[in-house]
Amino acid sequence: MLKILKYSFYDLMRSRWSYVYFGFYLLLGFVLLFLNNDVSKAVITLMNIIIVLTPLIGTIFGVMYYYNSKEFTELLLAQPIQRSHIIRGQYVGVSLSLTLSLVLGLGIPFVLYGLFMSAAIFDFGLLLVVGAFLNFIFVALSYNIALSTENKIKGFGYAILMWLMLAVIYDGLFMISLLLFNEYPLDTFSLAATMFNPIDLSRILILLQLDISALLGYTGAVFKKFFGTSFGMLSSLLVLVLWVWLPLLRMNWKLKKKDF
Amino acid sequence: MIEIKDLHKSFGKLTVLDGLDLSIKKGGIFAVLGPNGSGKTTLIKTLLGMVIPNSGSIALHGQDILGKHQYRNHLNYLPQIANFPPNLTVSELIKMVKNLRPKAANEKGLISLFGLEDFLSKKLGNLSGGTKQKVNIVLTFMFDSELIILDEPTTGLDPISLIHLKQLIQQEKAQGKTILITTHIMSFVDEIADEIVFLLDGKIYFKGSIEVLKKETGHKDLEAAIAQLISKQYA
Repeated sequence: MLKILKYSFYDLMRSRWSYVYFGFYLLLGFVLLFLNNDVSKAVITLMNIIIVLTPLIGTIFGVMYYYNSKEFTELLLAQPIQRSHIIRGQYVGVSLSLTLSLVLGLGIPFVLYGLFMSAAIFDFGLLLVVGAFLNFIFVALSYNIALSTENKIKGFGYAILMWLMLAVIYDGLFMISLLLFNEYPLDTFSLAATMFNPIDLSRILILLQLDISALLGYTGAVFKKFFGTSFGMLSSLLVLVLWVWLPLLRMNWKLKKKDF
Repeated sequence: MIEIKDLHKSFGKLTVLDGLDLSIKKGGIFAVLGPNGSGKTTLIKTLLGMVIPNSGSIALHGQDILGKHQYRNHLNYLPQIANFPPNLTVSELIKMVKNLRPKAANEKGLISLFGLEDFLSKKLGNLSGGTKQKVNIVLTFMFDSELIILDEPTTGLDPISLIHLKQLIQQEKAQGKTILITTHIMSFVDEIADEIVFLLDGKIYFKGSIEVLKKETGHKDLEAAIAQLISKQYA
Protein backbone atom coordinates (compact mmCIF):
# COMPACT_ATOMS: atom_id res chain seq x y z
CA MET A 1 0.00 0.00 0.00
CA LEU A 2 2.83 2.40 0.82
CA LYS A 3 4.31 1.94 -2.65
CA ILE A 4 1.03 2.83 -4.33
CA LEU A 5 0.67 5.78 -1.99
CA LYS A 6 4.16 6.97 -2.87
CA TYR A 7 3.55 6.90 -6.61
CA SER A 8 0.07 8.42 -6.46
CA PHE A 9 1.54 11.16 -4.34
CA TYR A 10 4.43 11.75 -6.79
CA ASP A 11 2.02 11.80 -9.68
CA LEU A 12 -0.22 14.36 -8.00
CA MET A 13 2.65 16.47 -6.75
CA ARG A 14 3.61 17.01 -10.37
CA SER A 15 0.14 17.76 -11.53
CA ARG A 16 -0.59 21.35 -12.47
CA TRP A 17 -3.73 21.36 -10.34
CA SER A 18 -1.86 20.76 -7.10
CA TYR A 19 0.08 23.94 -7.80
CA VAL A 20 -2.99 25.92 -8.79
CA TYR A 21 -4.58 24.84 -5.52
CA PHE A 22 -1.43 25.65 -3.57
CA GLY A 23 -1.13 29.03 -5.31
CA PHE A 24 -4.74 29.80 -4.52
CA TYR A 25 -4.27 29.24 -0.80
CA LEU A 26 -1.02 31.18 -0.84
CA LEU A 27 -2.75 34.14 -2.46
CA LEU A 28 -5.74 33.83 -0.15
CA GLY A 29 -3.48 33.83 2.90
CA PHE A 30 -1.58 36.92 1.83
CA VAL A 31 -4.70 38.84 0.78
CA LEU A 32 -6.51 38.04 4.03
CA LEU A 33 -3.56 39.09 6.14
CA PHE A 34 -3.07 42.21 4.07
CA LEU A 35 -6.71 43.22 4.50
CA ASN A 36 -7.08 42.24 8.16
CA ASN A 37 -3.56 42.92 9.29
CA ASP A 38 -4.35 40.78 12.29
CA VAL A 39 -3.66 37.07 12.46
CA SER A 40 -6.56 36.13 14.74
CA LYS A 41 -9.13 38.03 12.67
CA ALA A 42 -7.81 36.46 9.51
CA VAL A 43 -8.29 33.04 11.09
CA ILE A 44 -12.06 33.60 11.39
CA THR A 45 -12.45 34.67 7.78
CA LEU A 46 -10.29 31.77 6.74
CA MET A 47 -12.49 29.34 8.65
CA ASN A 48 -15.54 30.28 6.60
CA ILE A 49 -13.62 29.73 3.38
CA ILE A 50 -11.93 26.50 4.39
CA ILE A 51 -15.12 24.92 5.61
CA VAL A 52 -16.87 25.27 2.27
CA LEU A 53 -13.97 25.09 -0.12
CA THR A 54 -11.86 22.14 1.09
CA PRO A 55 -14.84 19.77 0.89
CA LEU A 56 -15.58 20.95 -2.65
CA ILE A 57 -12.00 20.55 -3.84
CA GLY A 58 -11.67 17.20 -2.06
CA THR A 59 -14.85 15.94 -3.70
CA ILE A 60 -13.84 17.03 -7.20
CA PHE A 61 -10.25 15.80 -6.90
CA GLY A 62 -11.42 12.49 -5.47
CA VAL A 63 -13.83 11.57 -8.27
CA MET A 64 -11.53 13.02 -10.93
CA TYR A 65 -8.55 11.03 -9.75
CA TYR A 66 -10.49 7.79 -9.48
CA TYR A 67 -11.98 7.99 -12.96
CA ASN A 68 -8.77 9.27 -14.57
CA SER A 69 -6.63 6.51 -13.14
CA LYS A 70 -9.13 3.75 -13.85
CA GLU A 71 -7.10 2.04 -16.57
CA PHE A 72 -3.97 2.35 -14.50
CA THR A 73 -5.79 0.82 -11.54
CA GLU A 74 -6.57 -2.12 -13.82
CA LEU A 75 -2.89 -2.51 -14.60
CA LEU A 76 -2.12 -2.51 -10.89
CA LEU A 77 -4.87 -5.03 -10.25
CA ALA A 78 -2.98 -7.49 -12.45
CA GLN A 79 0.03 -7.21 -10.13
CA PRO A 80 0.34 -9.33 -7.01
CA ILE A 81 -1.18 -6.73 -4.69
CA GLN A 82 -4.46 -6.80 -2.80
CA ARG A 83 -7.07 -4.61 -4.44
CA SER A 84 -7.94 -2.89 -1.18
CA HIS A 85 -4.31 -1.79 -0.85
CA ILE A 86 -4.34 -0.25 -4.32
CA ILE A 87 -7.45 1.83 -3.74
CA ARG A 88 -6.50 2.80 -0.20
CA GLY A 89 -3.02 3.82 -1.38
CA GLN A 90 -4.53 6.08 -4.03
CA TYR A 91 -7.00 7.49 -1.55
CA VAL A 92 -4.31 8.44 0.95
CA GLY A 93 -2.17 9.82 -1.90
CA VAL A 94 -4.92 12.19 -3.06
CA SER A 95 -5.89 13.28 0.46
CA LEU A 96 -2.31 13.82 1.50
CA SER A 97 -1.32 15.91 -1.50
CA LEU A 98 -4.42 18.10 -1.06
CA THR A 99 -3.60 18.51 2.61
CA LEU A 100 -0.04 19.46 1.78
CA SER A 101 -1.26 22.15 -0.64
CA LEU A 102 -3.52 23.50 2.10
CA VAL A 103 -0.95 23.45 4.90
CA LEU A 104 1.87 24.95 2.85
CA GLY A 105 -0.32 27.41 0.97
CA LEU A 106 -1.77 28.89 4.14
CA GLY A 107 1.17 28.17 6.39
CA ILE A 108 3.72 30.24 4.47
CA PRO A 109 1.91 33.60 4.58
CA PHE A 110 0.86 33.15 8.21
CA VAL A 111 4.35 32.24 9.32
CA LEU A 112 5.74 35.23 7.45
CA TYR A 113 3.23 37.47 9.21
CA GLY A 114 4.49 36.37 12.57
CA LEU A 115 2.23 33.48 13.43
CA PHE A 116 4.71 32.02 15.88
CA MET A 117 4.66 35.17 17.96
CA SER A 118 0.90 35.48 17.88
CA ALA A 119 -1.61 34.00 20.29
CA ALA A 120 -3.58 32.63 17.36
CA ILE A 121 -1.16 29.81 16.69
CA PHE A 122 -3.42 27.16 18.26
CA ASP A 123 -6.48 28.51 16.46
CA PHE A 124 -4.60 28.41 13.21
CA GLY A 125 -3.25 24.94 13.93
CA LEU A 126 -6.74 23.65 14.64
CA LEU A 127 -7.96 25.22 11.42
CA LEU A 128 -5.38 23.26 9.46
CA VAL A 129 -6.25 20.05 11.33
CA VAL A 130 -9.91 20.53 10.49
CA GLY A 131 -9.02 21.32 6.88
CA ALA A 132 -7.02 18.09 6.71
CA PHE A 133 -9.92 16.14 8.20
CA LEU A 134 -12.30 17.63 5.65
CA ASN A 135 -9.93 16.61 2.86
CA PHE A 136 -9.72 13.04 4.09
CA ILE A 137 -13.49 12.84 4.68
CA PHE A 138 -14.59 14.23 1.36
CA VAL A 139 -12.07 12.34 -0.71
CA ALA A 140 -13.27 9.17 1.04
CA LEU A 141 -16.91 10.02 0.35
CA SER A 142 -16.23 10.83 -3.28
CA TYR A 143 -14.21 7.61 -3.68
CA ASN A 144 -17.23 5.75 -2.35
CA ILE A 145 -19.44 7.40 -4.91
CA ALA A 146 -16.98 6.75 -7.74
CA LEU A 147 -16.56 3.09 -6.76
CA SER A 148 -20.32 2.57 -6.86
CA THR A 149 -20.95 4.48 -10.09
CA GLU A 150 -19.59 3.14 -13.38
CA ASN A 151 -20.73 6.16 -15.37
CA LYS A 152 -18.26 9.02 -15.03
CA ILE A 153 -20.76 11.82 -15.61
CA LYS A 154 -23.24 10.38 -13.13
CA GLY A 155 -20.44 9.88 -10.60
CA PHE A 156 -19.43 13.52 -10.93
CA GLY A 157 -23.04 14.59 -10.60
CA TYR A 158 -23.65 12.56 -7.46
CA ALA A 159 -20.42 13.80 -5.90
CA ILE A 160 -21.23 17.47 -6.50
CA LEU A 161 -24.74 16.85 -5.24
CA MET A 162 -23.32 15.32 -2.08
CA TRP A 163 -21.17 18.38 -1.50
CA LEU A 164 -24.08 20.73 -2.18
CA MET A 165 -26.22 18.72 0.21
CA LEU A 166 -23.75 18.80 3.07
CA ALA A 167 -22.40 22.32 2.53
CA VAL A 168 -25.57 24.23 1.70
CA ILE A 169 -28.88 22.38 1.66
CA TYR A 170 -28.36 20.53 4.93
CA ASP A 171 -28.15 23.79 6.87
CA GLY A 172 -31.27 25.08 5.19
CA LEU A 173 -33.26 21.94 6.02
CA PHE A 174 -31.89 22.03 9.52
CA MET A 175 -33.02 25.62 10.03
CA ILE A 176 -36.46 24.93 8.60
CA SER A 177 -36.94 21.94 10.89
CA LEU A 178 -35.85 24.01 13.89
CA LEU A 179 -38.42 26.67 12.98
CA LEU A 180 -41.19 24.17 12.31
CA PHE A 181 -40.70 22.20 15.49
CA ASN A 182 -39.71 24.98 17.80
CA GLU A 183 -42.38 23.99 20.31
CA TYR A 184 -40.56 20.75 21.01
CA PRO A 185 -37.29 20.26 22.83
CA LEU A 186 -34.74 20.18 20.05
CA ASP A 187 -31.44 19.85 21.89
CA THR A 188 -30.88 16.18 21.22
CA PHE A 189 -32.13 16.46 17.66
CA SER A 190 -29.82 19.31 16.81
CA LEU A 191 -26.88 17.60 18.47
CA ALA A 192 -27.49 14.49 16.41
CA ALA A 193 -28.09 16.48 13.24
CA THR A 194 -24.76 18.22 13.66
CA MET A 195 -22.95 14.94 14.07
CA PHE A 196 -24.33 13.80 10.73
CA ASN A 197 -22.68 16.63 8.86
CA PRO A 198 -18.89 16.88 8.93
CA ILE A 199 -18.97 20.49 7.74
CA ASP A 200 -21.20 21.65 10.61
CA LEU A 201 -19.13 19.63 12.99
CA SER A 202 -15.91 21.29 11.82
CA ARG A 203 -17.45 24.72 12.12
CA ILE A 204 -18.50 24.11 15.68
CA LEU A 205 -15.15 22.62 16.55
CA ILE A 206 -13.32 25.73 15.38
CA LEU A 207 -15.80 28.14 16.96
CA LEU A 208 -15.47 26.33 20.28
CA GLN A 209 -11.73 26.83 20.09
CA LEU A 210 -12.03 30.47 19.07
CA ASP A 211 -14.55 30.91 21.87
CA ILE A 212 -16.76 33.35 20.01
CA SER A 213 -20.20 32.61 21.38
CA ALA A 214 -21.80 35.20 19.11
CA LEU A 215 -20.93 33.09 16.08
CA LEU A 216 -21.75 29.72 17.59
CA GLY A 217 -25.39 29.75 16.58
CA TYR A 218 -28.03 27.51 18.12
CA THR A 219 -26.29 24.17 17.63
CA GLY A 220 -23.00 25.57 18.80
CA ALA A 221 -24.61 26.88 21.95
CA VAL A 222 -26.31 23.54 22.60
CA PHE A 223 -23.03 21.82 21.94
CA LYS A 224 -21.20 24.01 24.37
CA LYS A 225 -23.87 23.63 27.05
CA PHE A 226 -24.02 19.90 26.60
CA PHE A 227 -20.37 19.04 26.32
CA GLY A 228 -18.49 22.04 27.65
CA THR A 229 -15.63 23.44 25.60
CA SER A 230 -12.93 20.84 26.01
CA PHE A 231 -15.15 17.76 26.03
CA GLY A 232 -17.11 19.22 23.13
CA MET A 233 -13.95 19.58 21.11
CA LEU A 234 -12.79 16.11 21.96
CA SER A 235 -16.09 14.49 21.04
CA SER A 236 -16.40 16.42 17.79
CA LEU A 237 -12.87 15.41 16.84
CA LEU A 238 -13.82 11.83 17.59
CA VAL A 239 -16.86 12.05 15.34
CA LEU A 240 -14.65 13.48 12.59
CA VAL A 241 -12.44 10.41 12.90
CA LEU A 242 -15.57 8.28 12.52
CA TRP A 243 -16.41 10.26 9.40
CA VAL A 244 -13.14 9.12 7.86
CA TRP A 245 -13.33 5.59 9.19
CA LEU A 246 -16.88 4.68 8.15
CA PRO A 247 -16.47 5.60 4.45
CA LEU A 248 -13.22 3.61 4.46
CA LEU A 249 -15.09 0.60 5.84
CA ARG A 250 -17.70 0.89 3.13
CA MET A 251 -14.95 1.24 0.52
CA ASN A 252 -13.46 -2.07 1.68
CA TRP A 253 -16.83 -3.76 1.67
CA LYS A 254 -17.60 -2.47 -1.83
CA LEU A 255 -14.20 -3.54 -3.13
CA LYS A 256 -14.78 -7.15 -2.14
CA LYS A 257 -17.59 -7.39 -4.67
CA LYS A 258 -16.55 -4.89 -7.29
CA ASP A 259 -15.85 -5.89 -10.90
CA PHE A 260 -13.22 -3.85 -12.70
CA MET B 1 -2.24 -25.66 -15.98
CA ILE B 2 -5.48 -23.64 -15.90
CA GLU B 3 -8.66 -25.42 -14.85
CA ILE B 4 -11.91 -23.47 -15.04
CA LYS B 5 -15.08 -25.23 -13.92
CA ASP B 6 -18.69 -24.17 -14.30
CA LEU B 7 -17.97 -20.45 -14.28
CA HIS B 8 -21.01 -18.16 -14.11
CA LYS B 9 -21.01 -14.40 -14.29
CA SER B 10 -23.77 -11.95 -15.00
CA PHE B 11 -23.84 -8.17 -14.91
CA GLY B 12 -27.35 -7.31 -13.83
CA LYS B 13 -29.68 -9.13 -16.20
CA LEU B 14 -26.98 -9.75 -18.78
CA THR B 15 -25.45 -13.21 -18.49
CA VAL B 16 -21.91 -13.14 -19.83
CA LEU B 17 -20.41 -16.43 -18.69
CA ASP B 18 -22.87 -19.27 -18.50
CA GLY B 19 -21.34 -22.39 -17.01
CA LEU B 20 -18.01 -22.13 -18.79
CA ASP B 21 -15.57 -25.05 -18.50
CA LEU B 22 -12.06 -24.72 -19.84
CA SER B 23 -8.82 -26.49 -19.27
CA ILE B 24 -5.57 -25.26 -20.73
CA LYS B 25 -2.41 -27.30 -20.59
CA LYS B 26 1.03 -25.85 -20.10
CA GLY B 27 2.92 -24.47 -23.09
CA GLY B 28 1.70 -23.00 -26.37
CA ILE B 29 -0.21 -20.05 -27.74
CA PHE B 30 -3.97 -20.02 -27.25
CA ALA B 31 -6.14 -17.54 -29.11
CA VAL B 32 -9.36 -16.69 -27.28
CA LEU B 33 -11.85 -15.69 -29.97
CA GLY B 34 -15.51 -14.91 -30.18
CA PRO B 35 -17.94 -12.25 -31.39
CA ASN B 36 -18.24 -8.92 -29.58
CA GLY B 37 -19.73 -9.38 -26.16
CA SER B 38 -19.11 -13.12 -26.04
CA GLY B 39 -17.26 -12.85 -22.72
CA LYS B 40 -13.60 -12.95 -23.79
CA THR B 41 -12.53 -10.01 -21.68
CA THR B 42 -14.73 -11.13 -18.78
CA LEU B 43 -13.12 -14.57 -18.90
CA ILE B 44 -9.63 -13.06 -18.81
CA LYS B 45 -10.57 -10.64 -16.07
CA THR B 46 -11.96 -13.40 -13.85
CA LEU B 47 -8.69 -15.22 -14.35
CA LEU B 48 -6.89 -12.09 -13.17
CA GLY B 49 -9.21 -11.58 -10.23
CA MET B 50 -10.56 -8.26 -11.53
CA VAL B 51 -14.05 -9.61 -12.10
CA ILE B 52 -15.55 -11.72 -9.35
CA PRO B 53 -17.61 -14.64 -10.71
CA ASN B 54 -21.04 -15.51 -9.32
CA SER B 55 -20.09 -19.17 -9.04
CA GLY B 56 -17.59 -21.68 -10.32
CA SER B 57 -13.93 -22.31 -9.68
CA ILE B 58 -10.61 -21.41 -11.25
CA ALA B 59 -7.43 -23.29 -10.40
CA LEU B 60 -3.89 -22.57 -11.47
CA HIS B 61 -1.54 -25.56 -11.02
CA GLY B 62 -4.28 -27.22 -9.00
CA GLN B 63 -4.60 -24.33 -6.54
CA ASP B 64 -7.76 -22.31 -6.23
CA ILE B 65 -7.07 -18.66 -7.07
CA LEU B 66 -10.38 -16.90 -6.44
CA GLY B 67 -9.99 -14.17 -3.83
CA LYS B 68 -6.20 -14.55 -3.69
CA HIS B 69 -3.54 -12.22 -5.01
CA GLN B 70 -0.07 -13.81 -4.69
CA TYR B 71 -0.63 -16.02 -7.75
CA ARG B 72 -0.51 -12.91 -9.94
CA ASN B 73 3.23 -12.82 -9.42
CA HIS B 74 3.37 -15.78 -11.82
CA LEU B 75 1.50 -14.17 -14.67
CA ASN B 76 1.99 -11.18 -16.96
CA TYR B 77 -0.96 -9.24 -18.31
CA LEU B 78 -1.18 -6.77 -21.17
CA PRO B 79 -4.35 -4.70 -20.76
CA GLN B 80 -6.39 -3.60 -23.74
CA ILE B 81 -6.15 0.14 -23.23
CA ALA B 82 -2.91 1.49 -21.86
CA ASN B 83 -3.48 4.57 -19.79
CA PHE B 84 -0.88 5.51 -17.24
CA PRO B 85 -0.56 8.32 -14.67
CA PRO B 86 0.17 11.28 -16.95
CA ASN B 87 2.71 12.96 -14.69
CA LEU B 88 5.09 10.03 -14.25
CA THR B 89 7.91 9.44 -16.72
CA VAL B 90 8.38 6.17 -18.59
CA SER B 91 11.39 5.12 -16.52
CA GLU B 92 9.57 5.96 -13.28
CA LEU B 93 6.65 3.80 -14.32
CA ILE B 94 8.93 0.89 -15.16
CA LYS B 95 10.69 1.33 -11.84
CA MET B 96 7.38 1.39 -10.04
CA VAL B 97 6.05 -1.82 -11.60
CA LYS B 98 9.39 -3.51 -10.90
CA ASN B 99 9.10 -2.30 -7.34
CA LEU B 100 5.64 -3.82 -7.00
CA ARG B 101 6.68 -7.31 -7.99
CA PRO B 102 9.07 -9.37 -5.91
CA LYS B 103 10.87 -10.77 -8.94
CA ALA B 104 13.72 -9.89 -11.29
CA ALA B 105 12.95 -7.90 -14.42
CA ASN B 106 14.79 -7.56 -17.67
CA GLU B 107 13.59 -4.39 -19.34
CA LYS B 108 16.79 -3.14 -21.03
CA GLY B 109 16.62 -5.41 -24.09
CA LEU B 110 12.93 -4.66 -24.59
CA ILE B 111 13.44 -0.91 -24.36
CA SER B 112 16.04 -0.96 -27.12
CA LEU B 113 14.00 -3.47 -29.16
CA PHE B 114 11.09 -1.02 -29.31
CA GLY B 115 13.32 2.05 -29.59
CA LEU B 116 12.05 3.62 -26.37
CA GLU B 117 15.40 4.99 -25.12
CA ASP B 118 14.54 8.54 -26.15
CA PHE B 119 11.20 8.39 -24.37
CA LEU B 120 12.45 7.21 -20.98
CA SER B 121 12.51 10.68 -19.45
CA LYS B 122 9.27 11.82 -21.12
CA LYS B 123 6.03 12.09 -19.21
CA LEU B 124 3.50 9.40 -20.03
CA GLY B 125 0.81 11.97 -20.69
CA ASN B 126 2.77 13.30 -23.67
CA LEU B 127 3.19 9.97 -25.47
CA SER B 128 1.21 8.86 -28.53
CA GLY B 129 -1.12 5.87 -28.36
CA GLY B 130 1.32 3.57 -30.16
CA THR B 131 4.23 4.55 -27.92
CA LYS B 132 2.08 3.95 -24.85
CA GLN B 133 1.27 0.50 -26.18
CA LYS B 134 5.01 -0.17 -26.59
CA VAL B 135 5.57 0.84 -22.96
CA ASN B 136 2.68 -1.45 -22.09
CA ILE B 137 4.39 -4.32 -23.92
CA VAL B 138 7.70 -3.66 -22.16
CA LEU B 139 5.90 -3.74 -18.79
CA THR B 140 4.28 -7.05 -19.70
CA PHE B 141 7.26 -8.91 -21.11
CA MET B 142 9.96 -7.71 -18.74
CA PHE B 143 9.08 -10.36 -16.16
CA ASP B 144 9.75 -14.03 -16.57
CA SER B 145 6.38 -15.68 -15.85
CA GLU B 146 4.91 -18.94 -17.02
CA LEU B 147 1.54 -17.50 -17.98
CA ILE B 148 1.19 -14.48 -20.28
CA ILE B 149 -2.18 -12.91 -21.04
CA LEU B 150 -2.44 -10.44 -23.93
CA ASP B 151 -5.65 -8.49 -24.52
CA GLU B 152 -5.64 -7.03 -28.04
CA PRO B 153 -1.84 -6.68 -28.14
CA THR B 154 -1.61 -5.30 -31.68
CA THR B 155 -3.60 -2.09 -31.08
CA GLY B 156 -1.81 0.97 -32.42
CA LEU B 157 1.48 -0.75 -33.29
CA ASP B 158 3.44 0.10 -36.43
CA PRO B 159 4.51 -2.82 -38.71
CA ILE B 160 8.04 -3.07 -37.31
CA SER B 161 6.86 -3.19 -33.71
CA LEU B 162 4.28 -5.76 -34.72
CA ILE B 163 7.07 -7.97 -36.09
CA HIS B 164 9.01 -7.50 -32.85
CA LEU B 165 5.93 -8.41 -30.85
CA LYS B 166 5.42 -11.62 -32.82
CA GLN B 167 9.07 -12.54 -32.30
CA LEU B 168 8.71 -11.89 -28.58
CA ILE B 169 5.67 -14.12 -28.37
CA GLN B 170 7.46 -16.90 -30.26
CA GLN B 171 10.48 -16.61 -27.97
CA GLU B 172 8.28 -16.98 -24.90
CA LYS B 173 6.59 -19.99 -26.44
CA ALA B 174 9.98 -21.58 -27.15
CA GLN B 175 10.67 -21.32 -23.43
CA GLY B 176 7.61 -23.43 -22.73
CA LYS B 177 5.32 -20.63 -21.55
CA THR B 178 1.57 -20.52 -21.88
CA ILE B 179 0.25 -17.50 -23.75
CA LEU B 180 -3.40 -16.44 -23.98
CA ILE B 181 -4.28 -13.87 -26.62
CA THR B 182 -7.53 -12.17 -27.53
CA THR B 183 -7.69 -10.36 -30.83
CA HIS B 184 -9.96 -9.62 -33.76
CA ILE B 185 -7.18 -9.79 -36.31
CA MET B 186 -7.45 -13.24 -37.87
CA SER B 187 -4.22 -13.11 -39.86
CA PHE B 188 -2.40 -12.59 -36.55
CA VAL B 189 -4.14 -15.64 -35.08
CA ASP B 190 -3.43 -17.72 -38.17
CA GLU B 191 0.23 -16.82 -37.96
CA ILE B 192 0.98 -17.47 -34.30
CA ALA B 193 -1.75 -19.41 -32.53
CA ASP B 194 -1.46 -23.13 -31.80
CA GLU B 195 -4.97 -23.56 -30.52
CA ILE B 196 -8.22 -21.69 -30.75
CA VAL B 197 -10.69 -21.28 -27.91
CA PHE B 198 -13.94 -20.00 -29.36
CA LEU B 199 -16.50 -18.46 -27.03
CA LEU B 200 -20.17 -18.14 -27.85
CA ASP B 201 -23.01 -17.24 -25.47
CA GLY B 202 -20.78 -17.53 -22.45
CA LYS B 203 -19.62 -21.07 -23.17
CA ILE B 204 -16.73 -22.66 -25.01
CA TYR B 205 -18.13 -23.46 -28.43
CA PHE B 206 -14.97 -24.80 -29.98
CA LYS B 207 -11.53 -25.68 -28.69
CA GLY B 208 -8.83 -27.17 -30.86
CA SER B 209 -6.13 -26.49 -33.42
CA ILE B 210 -6.59 -24.24 -36.44
CA GLU B 211 -6.39 -27.25 -38.78
CA VAL B 212 -9.21 -29.04 -37.00
CA LEU B 213 -11.33 -25.90 -37.14
CA LYS B 214 -10.71 -25.47 -40.86
CA LYS B 215 -11.55 -29.12 -41.48
CA GLU B 216 -14.73 -29.01 -39.40
CA THR B 217 -16.09 -25.92 -41.08
CA GLY B 218 -14.88 -26.84 -44.53
CA HIS B 219 -13.14 -23.53 -45.08
CA LYS B 220 -9.49 -23.13 -46.03
CA ASP B 221 -9.37 -19.60 -44.76
CA LEU B 222 -9.40 -19.01 -40.97
CA GLU B 223 -11.37 -15.80 -41.26
CA ALA B 224 -14.16 -17.56 -43.17
CA ALA B 225 -14.12 -20.46 -40.70
CA ILE B 226 -14.50 -18.09 -37.74
CA ALA B 227 -17.18 -16.11 -39.57
CA GLN B 228 -19.12 -19.34 -40.01
CA LEU B 229 -18.85 -20.07 -36.28
CA ILE B 230 -20.08 -16.58 -35.43
CA SER B 231 -22.95 -16.76 -37.91
CA LYS B 232 -24.35 -19.70 -35.88
CA GLN B 233 -25.11 -17.19 -33.17
CA TYR B 234 -27.49 -15.39 -35.50
CA ALA B 235 -28.99 -18.55 -36.97
